[in-house]
Amino acid sequence: METSEIQSKVVEVIGRYAKDKEALAKATEATNILEDLKVNSARLVDVILDLEDEFDIEVEDEDADAVNTVGDAISLIKSKLG
Amino acid sequence: MSRRVVITGMGVVAPNAVGLDAYAEALRGGVSGIRHFPLLDELKFGCRVGGIPQGVDEVAEGMFDEEELLAMNSSHRYGCIAAVDAWTDAGFDRPDHADDDAVSWEAGAVIGTGIGGLDTTGEKLVPMVDAGRVRRLGSTIVEQVMGSGVSARVSGLLALGNQVTSNSSACSTGAEAVVEGYHRIQEGRAERMLCGGTEGSSQYAWAGFDSMRVLCRKFNDEPEKASRPLSASAAGFVPGSGAGILHLESLESAVARGARIYAEVLGGALNSGGHRSGGSMTAPNPLGVQRCIRQTVEDAGIDPQEIDVINGHLTATGADPREVSSWATALGRTPDTFPLINSTKSMIGHGLGAAGALESVACILMLRDGFVHASINCEDVHPEIEPFAASIPHETREMPGLRTIIKAGFGFGDVNVCIIFRKWSVQGD
Repeated sequence: METSEIQSKVVEVIGRYAKDKEALAKATEATNILEDLKVNSARLVDVILDLEDEFDIEVEDEDADAVNTVGDAISLIKSKLG
Repeated sequence: MSRRVVITGMGVVAPNAVGLDAYAEALRGGVSGIRHFPLLDELKFGCRVGGIPQGVDEVAEGMFDEEELLAMNSSHRYGCIAAVDAWTDAGFDRPDHADDDAVSWEAGAVIGTGIGGLDTTGEKLVPMVDAGRVRRLGSTIVEQVMGSGVSARVSGLLALGNQVTSNSSACSTGAEAVVEGYHRIQEGRAERMLCGGTEGSSQYAWAGFDSMRVLCRKFNDEPEKASRPLSASAAGFVPGSGAGILHLESLESAVARGARIYAEVLGGALNSGGHRSGGSMTAPNPLGVQRCIRQTVEDAGIDPQEIDVINGHLTATGADPREVSSWATALGRTPDTFPLINSTKSMIGHGLGAAGALESVACILMLRDGFVHASINCEDVHPEIEPFAASIPHETREMPGLRTIIKAGFGFGDVNVCIIFRKWSVQGD
Protein backbone atom coordinates (compact mmCIF):
# COMPACT_ATOMS: atom_id res chain seq x y z
CA MET A 1 0.00 0.00 0.00
CA GLU A 2 1.32 3.45 -0.91
CA THR A 3 2.33 5.73 1.97
CA SER A 4 -0.07 8.38 0.74
CA GLU A 5 -2.95 5.92 0.84
CA ILE A 6 -2.01 4.80 4.35
CA GLN A 7 -1.76 8.45 5.45
CA SER A 8 -5.15 9.37 4.11
CA LYS A 9 -6.76 6.40 5.88
CA VAL A 10 -4.92 7.20 9.12
CA VAL A 11 -6.08 10.82 8.97
CA GLU A 12 -9.63 9.68 8.29
CA VAL A 13 -9.61 7.39 11.35
CA ILE A 14 -8.09 10.03 13.60
CA GLY A 15 -10.55 12.56 12.21
CA ARG A 16 -13.41 10.82 14.05
CA TYR A 17 -11.83 11.84 17.33
CA ALA A 18 -10.06 15.11 16.42
CA LYS A 19 -11.55 18.26 17.93
CA ASP A 20 -9.42 20.59 15.79
CA LYS A 21 -10.74 20.02 12.27
CA GLU A 22 -8.62 22.82 10.77
CA ALA A 23 -5.43 21.20 12.00
CA LEU A 24 -6.73 17.88 10.71
CA ALA A 25 -7.11 19.27 7.20
CA LYS A 26 -3.45 20.32 7.27
CA ALA A 27 -2.09 17.19 8.95
CA THR A 28 1.36 15.92 7.98
CA GLU A 29 3.52 13.08 9.27
CA ALA A 30 4.85 15.44 11.94
CA THR A 31 1.41 16.27 13.31
CA ASN A 32 1.02 15.26 16.96
CA ILE A 33 -2.26 13.42 17.46
CA LEU A 34 -3.06 14.62 20.96
CA GLU A 35 -1.56 18.09 20.99
CA ASP A 36 -2.09 19.31 17.44
CA LEU A 37 -5.37 17.58 16.61
CA LYS A 38 -6.80 17.90 20.14
CA VAL A 39 -7.73 14.25 20.43
CA ASN A 40 -8.75 13.38 24.00
CA SER A 41 -5.96 11.15 25.34
CA ALA A 42 -8.44 8.46 26.42
CA ARG A 43 -9.54 8.12 22.79
CA LEU A 44 -6.07 7.05 21.63
CA VAL A 45 -7.19 3.52 22.52
CA ASP A 46 -10.08 3.85 20.08
CA VAL A 47 -7.81 5.23 17.35
CA ILE A 48 -5.62 2.13 17.63
CA LEU A 49 -8.64 -0.22 17.61
CA ASP A 50 -10.01 1.53 14.52
CA LEU A 51 -6.62 1.30 12.78
CA GLU A 52 -6.55 -2.43 13.54
CA ASP A 53 -9.92 -2.78 11.82
CA GLU A 54 -9.03 -0.51 8.92
CA PHE A 55 -5.77 -2.29 8.07
CA ASP A 56 -6.60 -5.75 9.43
CA ILE A 57 -3.64 -5.75 11.79
CA GLU A 58 -3.02 -6.33 15.48
CA VAL A 59 -1.18 -3.75 17.52
CA GLU A 60 0.50 -4.71 20.81
CA ASP A 61 0.20 -2.31 23.74
CA GLU A 62 3.90 -1.36 23.64
CA ASP A 63 3.65 -0.43 19.96
CA ALA A 64 0.45 1.53 20.60
CA ASP A 65 2.16 3.50 23.38
CA ALA A 66 4.83 4.64 20.92
CA VAL A 67 2.33 6.30 18.57
CA ASN A 68 2.43 10.07 19.07
CA THR A 69 2.32 11.49 15.57
CA VAL A 70 0.58 10.69 12.32
CA GLY A 71 4.00 9.56 11.03
CA ASP A 72 4.38 7.13 13.97
CA ALA A 73 1.06 5.54 13.05
CA ILE A 74 2.07 5.26 9.38
CA SER A 75 5.41 3.63 10.25
CA LEU A 76 3.70 1.17 12.60
CA ILE A 77 1.15 0.18 9.97
CA LYS A 78 3.85 -0.22 7.31
CA SER A 79 5.84 -2.51 9.59
CA LYS A 80 2.73 -4.61 10.28
CA LEU A 81 1.80 -4.84 6.62
CA GLY A 82 5.39 -5.86 5.87
CA MET B 1 -29.92 32.14 53.33
CA SER B 2 -33.10 31.37 51.38
CA ARG B 3 -33.44 32.75 47.91
CA ARG B 4 -36.23 32.54 45.39
CA VAL B 5 -35.69 30.14 42.49
CA VAL B 6 -37.21 30.44 39.04
CA ILE B 7 -37.24 28.46 35.82
CA THR B 8 -35.74 30.29 32.86
CA GLY B 9 -35.18 27.53 30.32
CA MET B 10 -36.34 24.03 29.40
CA GLY B 11 -35.57 21.22 27.00
CA VAL B 12 -37.51 18.04 26.28
CA VAL B 13 -37.16 14.80 24.34
CA ALA B 14 -40.41 12.88 24.76
CA PRO B 15 -42.05 9.91 23.04
CA ASN B 16 -44.74 12.18 21.59
CA ALA B 17 -42.52 15.16 20.65
CA VAL B 18 -38.99 16.54 20.65
CA GLY B 19 -38.66 20.22 21.55
CA LEU B 20 -40.77 22.52 23.72
CA ASP B 21 -43.29 23.84 21.24
CA ALA B 22 -43.87 20.43 19.65
CA TYR B 23 -44.34 18.94 23.12
CA ALA B 24 -46.82 21.67 24.11
CA GLU B 25 -48.75 21.03 20.91
CA ALA B 26 -48.76 17.25 21.46
CA LEU B 27 -49.93 17.63 25.06
CA ARG B 28 -52.63 20.07 24.05
CA GLY B 29 -53.74 17.71 21.29
CA GLY B 30 -53.82 14.65 23.53
CA VAL B 31 -51.31 12.93 21.26
CA SER B 32 -50.05 9.55 22.44
CA GLY B 33 -46.40 8.69 21.86
CA ILE B 34 -46.91 5.01 22.63
CA ARG B 35 -46.02 2.63 19.80
CA HIS B 36 -45.81 -1.11 19.19
CA PHE B 37 -42.28 -2.51 18.83
CA PRO B 38 -41.83 -5.76 16.85
CA LEU B 39 -38.58 -6.48 18.71
CA LEU B 40 -40.68 -7.01 21.85
CA ASP B 41 -42.75 -9.61 19.95
CA GLU B 42 -39.58 -11.45 18.97
CA LEU B 43 -38.31 -11.36 22.53
CA LYS B 44 -41.66 -12.66 23.87
CA PHE B 45 -42.35 -9.72 26.15
CA GLY B 46 -45.80 -9.60 27.73
CA CYS B 47 -45.94 -5.84 27.09
CA ARG B 48 -44.98 -5.07 23.50
CA VAL B 49 -45.62 -1.35 23.48
CA GLY B 50 -43.58 1.52 24.81
CA GLY B 51 -42.65 5.16 24.52
CA ILE B 52 -39.51 5.93 22.50
CA PRO B 53 -38.75 9.47 21.23
CA GLN B 54 -38.68 9.63 17.44
CA GLY B 55 -36.15 11.31 15.13
CA VAL B 56 -33.58 11.74 17.89
CA ASP B 57 -30.48 10.60 16.00
CA GLU B 58 -31.02 13.26 13.37
CA VAL B 59 -31.27 15.96 16.05
CA ALA B 60 -28.21 14.57 17.84
CA GLU B 61 -26.14 14.51 14.65
CA GLY B 62 -26.90 18.19 14.12
CA MET B 63 -25.93 19.05 17.68
CA PHE B 64 -22.90 16.90 18.56
CA ASP B 65 -19.67 15.99 16.76
CA GLU B 66 -18.60 12.52 15.68
CA GLU B 67 -16.33 11.94 18.68
CA GLU B 68 -19.11 12.85 21.09
CA LEU B 69 -21.70 10.71 19.30
CA LEU B 70 -19.44 7.64 19.45
CA ALA B 71 -19.80 7.72 23.24
CA MET B 72 -23.48 8.62 23.53
CA ASN B 73 -26.07 5.88 24.01
CA SER B 74 -29.80 6.67 23.95
CA SER B 75 -29.88 7.98 27.51
CA HIS B 76 -26.96 10.32 26.72
CA ARG B 77 -28.53 11.52 23.48
CA TYR B 78 -31.87 12.33 25.10
CA GLY B 79 -30.32 13.98 28.15
CA CYS B 80 -27.76 16.01 26.23
CA ILE B 81 -30.25 17.29 23.64
CA ALA B 82 -32.63 18.36 26.41
CA ALA B 83 -29.80 19.98 28.40
CA VAL B 84 -28.40 21.93 25.45
CA ASP B 85 -31.92 23.04 24.50
CA ALA B 86 -32.63 24.17 28.08
CA TRP B 87 -29.36 26.10 28.13
CA THR B 88 -30.03 27.91 24.87
CA ASP B 89 -33.72 28.39 25.78
CA ALA B 90 -32.46 30.21 28.87
CA GLY B 91 -30.56 32.59 26.60
CA PHE B 92 -27.03 31.23 26.73
CA ASP B 93 -24.77 30.29 23.84
CA ARG B 94 -22.98 26.97 23.71
CA PRO B 95 -19.35 27.61 24.70
CA ASP B 96 -16.47 26.70 22.40
CA HIS B 97 -14.76 23.48 23.51
CA ALA B 98 -11.37 25.10 23.08
CA ASP B 99 -12.18 28.22 25.15
CA ASP B 100 -10.55 27.70 28.54
CA ASP B 101 -12.23 30.81 29.91
CA ALA B 102 -15.72 29.52 29.14
CA VAL B 103 -16.30 27.71 32.45
CA SER B 104 -19.44 28.91 34.25
CA TRP B 105 -18.39 28.43 37.86
CA GLU B 106 -21.84 29.45 39.09
CA ALA B 107 -23.71 26.93 36.91
CA GLY B 108 -24.04 23.20 37.61
CA ALA B 109 -26.22 20.19 36.91
CA VAL B 110 -28.20 17.49 38.66
CA ILE B 111 -29.27 15.11 35.90
CA GLY B 112 -30.39 11.71 37.06
CA THR B 113 -31.30 8.39 35.59
CA GLY B 114 -33.29 5.51 37.01
CA ILE B 115 -31.72 2.61 35.17
CA GLY B 116 -28.77 4.03 33.23
CA GLY B 117 -27.00 2.90 30.09
CA LEU B 118 -28.37 -0.62 29.89
CA ASP B 119 -28.39 -0.53 26.09
CA THR B 120 -24.60 -0.20 26.20
CA THR B 121 -24.35 -2.87 28.90
CA GLY B 122 -26.60 -5.30 27.05
CA GLU B 123 -25.46 -4.72 23.48
CA LYS B 124 -21.71 -4.18 23.94
CA LEU B 125 -20.28 -4.65 27.40
CA VAL B 126 -21.66 -8.05 28.39
CA PRO B 127 -21.40 -9.80 24.98
CA MET B 128 -17.85 -8.56 24.37
CA VAL B 129 -16.58 -9.37 27.85
CA ASP B 130 -18.16 -12.83 27.71
CA ALA B 131 -16.50 -13.41 24.34
CA GLY B 132 -13.08 -12.57 25.79
CA ARG B 133 -12.87 -9.33 23.83
CA VAL B 134 -12.23 -6.91 26.70
CA ARG B 135 -9.32 -5.38 24.83
CA ARG B 136 -11.69 -4.35 22.03
CA LEU B 137 -14.12 -2.40 24.26
CA GLY B 138 -12.26 0.87 23.84
CA SER B 139 -12.57 4.04 25.86
CA THR B 140 -16.25 4.83 25.38
CA ILE B 141 -17.84 2.16 27.58
CA VAL B 142 -17.18 3.52 31.06
CA GLU B 143 -18.62 6.96 30.39
CA GLN B 144 -21.78 5.37 28.98
CA VAL B 145 -22.41 2.97 31.84
CA MET B 146 -21.23 5.02 34.80
CA GLY B 147 -24.08 6.42 36.89
CA SER B 148 -23.00 10.01 36.35
CA GLY B 149 -22.36 9.62 32.62
CA VAL B 150 -24.97 12.06 31.36
CA SER B 151 -24.29 14.88 33.80
CA ALA B 152 -20.57 14.44 33.10
CA ARG B 153 -21.14 14.75 29.36
CA VAL B 154 -23.39 17.80 29.78
CA SER B 155 -20.73 19.43 31.94
CA GLY B 156 -18.24 19.18 29.09
CA LEU B 157 -20.68 20.36 26.44
CA LEU B 158 -21.63 23.47 28.41
CA ALA B 159 -18.48 24.07 30.48
CA LEU B 160 -20.28 23.82 33.83
CA GLY B 161 -18.15 24.65 36.85
CA ASN B 162 -20.48 24.22 39.82
CA GLN B 163 -21.67 20.90 41.27
CA VAL B 164 -22.25 18.32 38.53
CA THR B 165 -23.86 15.08 39.64
CA SER B 166 -26.46 12.45 38.84
CA ASN B 167 -29.10 11.42 41.33
CA SER B 168 -31.01 8.17 41.23
CA SER B 169 -34.23 7.39 43.07
CA ALA B 170 -36.11 5.20 40.60
CA CYS B 171 -39.28 6.83 39.31
CA SER B 172 -38.90 9.97 41.42
CA THR B 173 -35.43 10.73 39.99
CA GLY B 174 -36.32 13.48 37.51
CA ALA B 175 -38.42 15.50 39.93
CA GLU B 176 -35.96 14.87 42.75
CA ALA B 177 -33.24 16.48 40.62
CA VAL B 178 -35.37 19.62 40.34
CA VAL B 179 -35.77 19.79 44.12
CA GLU B 180 -32.04 19.24 44.61
CA GLY B 181 -31.21 22.11 42.28
CA TYR B 182 -33.85 24.29 43.91
CA HIS B 183 -32.26 23.71 47.31
CA ARG B 184 -28.75 24.39 46.05
CA ILE B 185 -29.70 27.72 44.50
CA GLN B 186 -31.88 28.61 47.50
CA GLU B 187 -28.85 28.09 49.75
CA GLY B 188 -26.71 30.36 47.60
CA ARG B 189 -24.34 27.59 46.49
CA ALA B 190 -25.11 28.07 42.79
CA GLU B 191 -26.82 30.65 40.59
CA ARG B 192 -27.99 28.31 37.86
CA MET B 193 -28.58 24.56 37.75
CA LEU B 194 -29.65 22.28 34.89
CA CYS B 195 -31.94 19.77 36.56
CA GLY B 196 -33.92 16.79 35.40
CA GLY B 197 -33.68 13.21 34.30
CA THR B 198 -33.02 11.02 31.32
CA GLU B 199 -33.82 7.40 30.57
CA GLY B 200 -32.64 5.41 27.58
CA SER B 201 -34.74 3.10 25.47
CA SER B 202 -33.73 -0.49 26.03
CA GLN B 203 -35.43 -3.83 26.17
CA TYR B 204 -32.93 -4.69 28.90
CA ALA B 205 -34.28 -1.85 31.07
CA TRP B 206 -37.88 -2.87 30.48
CA ALA B 207 -37.49 -6.66 30.84
CA GLY B 208 -37.39 -6.79 34.64
CA PHE B 209 -40.60 -4.77 34.90
CA ASP B 210 -42.23 -7.05 32.34
CA SER B 211 -41.34 -10.12 34.35
CA MET B 212 -42.75 -8.47 37.50
CA ARG B 213 -46.03 -8.21 35.57
CA VAL B 214 -46.35 -4.51 36.32
CA LEU B 215 -46.44 -3.55 32.60
CA CYS B 216 -49.61 -3.35 30.53
CA ARG B 217 -50.11 -6.54 28.44
CA LYS B 218 -53.65 -6.01 27.28
CA PHE B 219 -53.29 -3.35 24.62
CA ASN B 220 -50.44 -4.60 22.42
CA ASP B 221 -52.65 -4.14 19.35
CA GLU B 222 -53.81 -0.66 20.38
CA PRO B 223 -50.65 1.04 21.63
CA GLU B 224 -52.19 4.51 21.91
CA LYS B 225 -54.74 3.14 24.36
CA ALA B 226 -52.26 1.17 26.46
CA SER B 227 -51.38 3.82 29.04
CA ARG B 228 -54.58 4.19 31.09
CA PRO B 229 -53.96 5.98 34.39
CA LEU B 230 -57.06 6.62 36.56
CA SER B 231 -59.16 4.13 34.57
CA ALA B 232 -61.01 1.00 35.65
CA SER B 233 -59.27 -0.82 32.79
CA ALA B 234 -55.76 0.27 33.83
CA ALA B 235 -53.62 -2.80 33.39
CA GLY B 236 -50.13 -1.76 34.35
CA PHE B 237 -47.78 0.97 33.20
CA VAL B 238 -46.31 1.41 29.74
CA PRO B 239 -42.52 1.75 29.73
CA GLY B 240 -41.23 5.01 28.36
CA SER B 241 -38.00 6.90 27.81
CA GLY B 242 -36.71 10.37 26.99
CA ALA B 243 -35.44 13.36 28.94
CA GLY B 244 -36.61 16.59 30.45
CA ILE B 245 -34.27 19.30 31.71
CA LEU B 246 -35.17 22.52 33.53
CA HIS B 247 -32.81 25.47 33.80
CA LEU B 248 -33.26 26.69 37.39
CA GLU B 249 -31.90 30.08 38.32
CA SER B 250 -31.82 32.40 41.31
CA LEU B 251 -34.36 35.17 40.95
CA GLU B 252 -31.56 37.73 41.40
CA SER B 253 -29.56 36.28 38.53
CA ALA B 254 -32.60 36.02 36.26
CA VAL B 255 -33.69 39.60 36.95
CA ALA B 256 -30.15 40.96 36.64
CA ARG B 257 -29.75 39.58 33.13
CA GLY B 258 -33.33 40.30 32.09
CA ALA B 259 -34.14 36.64 31.52
CA ARG B 260 -37.56 35.39 30.47
CA ILE B 261 -39.04 33.66 33.52
CA TYR B 262 -41.55 30.85 33.03
CA ALA B 263 -42.38 30.00 36.61
CA GLU B 264 -41.17 29.94 40.18
CA VAL B 265 -40.33 26.79 42.09
CA LEU B 266 -42.47 27.75 45.04
CA GLY B 267 -41.77 24.72 47.20
CA GLY B 268 -40.43 21.21 47.21
CA ALA B 269 -39.91 18.24 49.48
CA LEU B 270 -38.28 14.82 49.44
CA ASN B 271 -38.83 11.90 51.79
CA SER B 272 -39.20 8.16 52.11
CA GLY B 273 -41.87 5.99 53.65
CA GLY B 274 -39.42 3.58 55.22
CA HIS B 275 -41.21 0.52 53.79
CA ARG B 276 -43.80 0.65 56.59
CA SER B 277 -47.60 1.06 56.79
CA GLY B 278 -48.07 -0.70 53.47
CA GLY B 279 -44.93 0.76 51.94
CA SER B 280 -42.38 -1.63 50.42
CA MET B 281 -39.70 -1.78 47.76
CA THR B 282 -42.47 -1.39 45.18
CA ALA B 283 -45.31 0.43 46.99
CA PRO B 284 -45.44 3.76 48.76
CA ASN B 285 -46.29 4.18 52.42
CA PRO B 286 -49.31 6.50 52.14
CA LEU B 287 -48.25 8.33 55.30
CA GLY B 288 -44.93 9.16 53.61
CA VAL B 289 -46.72 10.36 50.49
CA GLN B 290 -49.08 12.59 52.46
CA ARG B 291 -46.27 13.98 54.59
CA CYS B 292 -44.24 14.83 51.47
CA ILE B 293 -47.20 16.66 49.93
CA ARG B 294 -47.90 18.60 53.16
CA GLN B 295 -44.25 19.57 53.55
CA THR B 296 -44.22 20.89 49.99
CA VAL B 297 -47.29 23.05 50.63
CA GLU B 298 -45.70 24.31 53.84
CA ASP B 299 -42.42 25.03 52.08
CA ALA B 300 -44.32 26.99 49.43
CA GLY B 301 -46.09 28.95 52.16
CA ILE B 302 -49.47 28.75 50.44
CA ASP B 303 -52.96 27.60 51.35
CA PRO B 304 -53.70 24.21 49.72
CA GLN B 305 -56.82 25.83 48.27
CA GLU B 306 -54.56 27.86 45.97
CA ILE B 307 -53.60 24.73 44.03
CA ASP B 308 -55.29 24.70 40.62
CA VAL B 309 -53.99 21.44 39.20
CA ILE B 310 -52.45 18.20 40.43
CA ASN B 311 -50.10 16.56 37.94
CA GLY B 312 -49.96 13.17 39.56
CA HIS B 313 -47.50 10.32 39.51
CA LEU B 314 -50.43 8.16 38.31
CA THR B 315 -48.86 5.28 36.38
CA ALA B 316 -51.93 3.12 35.58
CA THR B 317 -51.39 0.48 38.24
CA GLY B 318 -53.43 -0.41 41.30
CA ALA B 319 -51.67 2.43 43.10
CA ASP B 320 -53.66 5.15 41.31
CA PRO B 321 -56.72 5.06 43.64
CA ARG B 322 -54.48 5.19 46.71
CA GLU B 323 -52.60 8.14 45.22
CA VAL B 324 -55.80 10.10 44.61
CA SER B 325 -56.92 9.35 48.15
CA SER B 326 -53.58 10.59 49.51
CA TRP B 327 -53.86 13.84 47.55
CA ALA B 328 -57.32 14.46 49.01
CA THR B 329 -56.18 13.72 52.55
CA ALA B 330 -52.94 15.74 52.36
CA LEU B 331 -54.49 18.77 50.69
CA GLY B 332 -57.68 18.65 52.78
CA ARG B 333 -59.79 18.63 49.63
CA THR B 334 -63.06 16.75 49.19
CA PRO B 335 -64.45 15.55 45.85
CA ASP B 336 -66.43 18.81 45.72
CA THR B 337 -63.38 21.02 46.12
CA PHE B 338 -60.79 18.77 44.46
CA PRO B 339 -58.56 20.53 41.90
CA LEU B 340 -58.14 19.24 38.36
CA ILE B 341 -55.91 16.16 38.19
CA ASN B 342 -54.12 14.69 35.19
CA SER B 343 -51.47 12.17 34.26
CA THR B 344 -48.94 13.06 31.59
CA LYS B 345 -48.05 9.35 31.50
CA SER B 346 -51.37 8.73 29.73
CA MET B 347 -49.67 10.12 26.61
CA ILE B 348 -45.97 9.34 27.04
CA GLY B 349 -45.94 6.26 29.25
CA HIS B 350 -43.74 6.00 32.30
CA GLY B 351 -40.35 7.54 31.61
CA LEU B 352 -38.90 5.98 34.80
CA GLY B 353 -35.97 8.17 35.87
CA ALA B 354 -36.98 10.81 33.32
CA ALA B 355 -40.68 10.76 34.23
CA GLY B 356 -40.67 13.50 36.87
CA ALA B 357 -38.67 15.78 34.60
CA LEU B 358 -40.73 15.11 31.44
CA GLU B 359 -43.85 15.82 33.50
CA SER B 360 -42.40 18.92 35.17
CA VAL B 361 -41.72 20.34 31.72
CA ALA B 362 -45.37 19.54 30.88
CA CYS B 363 -46.48 21.44 34.01
CA ILE B 364 -44.47 24.54 33.10
CA LEU B 365 -45.78 24.48 29.53
CA MET B 366 -49.35 24.29 30.86
CA LEU B 367 -48.60 27.32 33.05
CA ARG B 368 -46.92 29.11 30.15
CA ASP B 369 -49.76 28.54 27.72
CA GLY B 370 -52.73 28.49 30.11
CA PHE B 371 -54.17 25.04 29.55
CA VAL B 372 -54.62 21.74 31.36
CA HIS B 373 -53.88 18.75 29.17
CA ALA B 374 -56.28 15.84 29.00
CA SER B 375 -55.67 12.68 30.93
CA ILE B 376 -56.41 10.32 28.07
CA ASN B 377 -57.68 6.72 28.14
CA CYS B 378 -59.73 6.99 31.32
CA GLU B 379 -63.26 7.34 29.97
CA ASP B 380 -64.02 4.49 32.38
CA VAL B 381 -62.85 6.12 35.59
CA HIS B 382 -61.77 3.64 38.25
CA PRO B 383 -64.63 2.98 40.68
CA GLU B 384 -62.59 4.09 43.69
CA ILE B 385 -61.73 7.34 41.89
CA GLU B 386 -65.28 7.88 40.65
CA PRO B 387 -66.13 10.47 43.37
CA PHE B 388 -63.34 12.65 41.89
CA ALA B 389 -64.33 12.05 38.27
CA ALA B 390 -65.38 15.65 37.67
CA SER B 391 -61.78 16.72 38.33
CA ILE B 392 -60.33 14.62 35.50
CA PRO B 393 -60.11 16.43 32.16
CA HIS B 394 -60.85 14.07 29.27
CA GLU B 395 -60.29 16.89 26.81
CA THR B 396 -57.82 19.75 27.01
CA ARG B 397 -59.18 22.59 29.14
CA GLU B 398 -58.22 26.14 28.31
CA MET B 399 -57.40 27.85 31.59
CA PRO B 400 -55.83 31.28 31.07
CA GLY B 401 -55.92 31.98 34.83
CA LEU B 402 -53.96 28.80 35.64
CA ARG B 403 -51.42 29.75 38.26
CA THR B 404 -50.36 26.94 40.57
CA ILE B 405 -49.57 23.28 39.82
CA ILE B 406 -48.45 20.65 42.28
CA LYS B 407 -46.42 17.74 40.88
CA ALA B 408 -45.39 14.54 42.61
CA GLY B 409 -43.34 11.45 41.91
CA PHE B 410 -43.18 8.20 43.84
CA GLY B 411 -40.45 5.66 43.20
CA PHE B 412 -39.50 2.07 43.91
CA GLY B 413 -37.78 2.03 47.26
CA ASP B 414 -40.73 3.95 48.77
CA VAL B 415 -39.23 7.34 47.92
CA ASN B 416 -41.29 10.47 47.30
CA VAL B 417 -40.88 13.89 45.77
CA CYS B 418 -43.29 16.79 45.46
CA ILE B 419 -42.93 20.25 43.89
CA ILE B 420 -45.15 23.30 43.52
CA PHE B 421 -44.71 25.47 40.42
CA ARG B 422 -46.30 28.90 40.12
CA LYS B 423 -46.61 30.88 36.94
CA TRP B 424 -44.40 33.94 36.96
CA SER B 425 -46.11 37.28 36.85
CA VAL B 426 -44.38 40.62 36.50
CA GLN B 427 -45.10 41.46 40.13
CA GLY B 428 -43.68 38.08 41.03
CA ASP B 429 -45.99 37.61 43.98
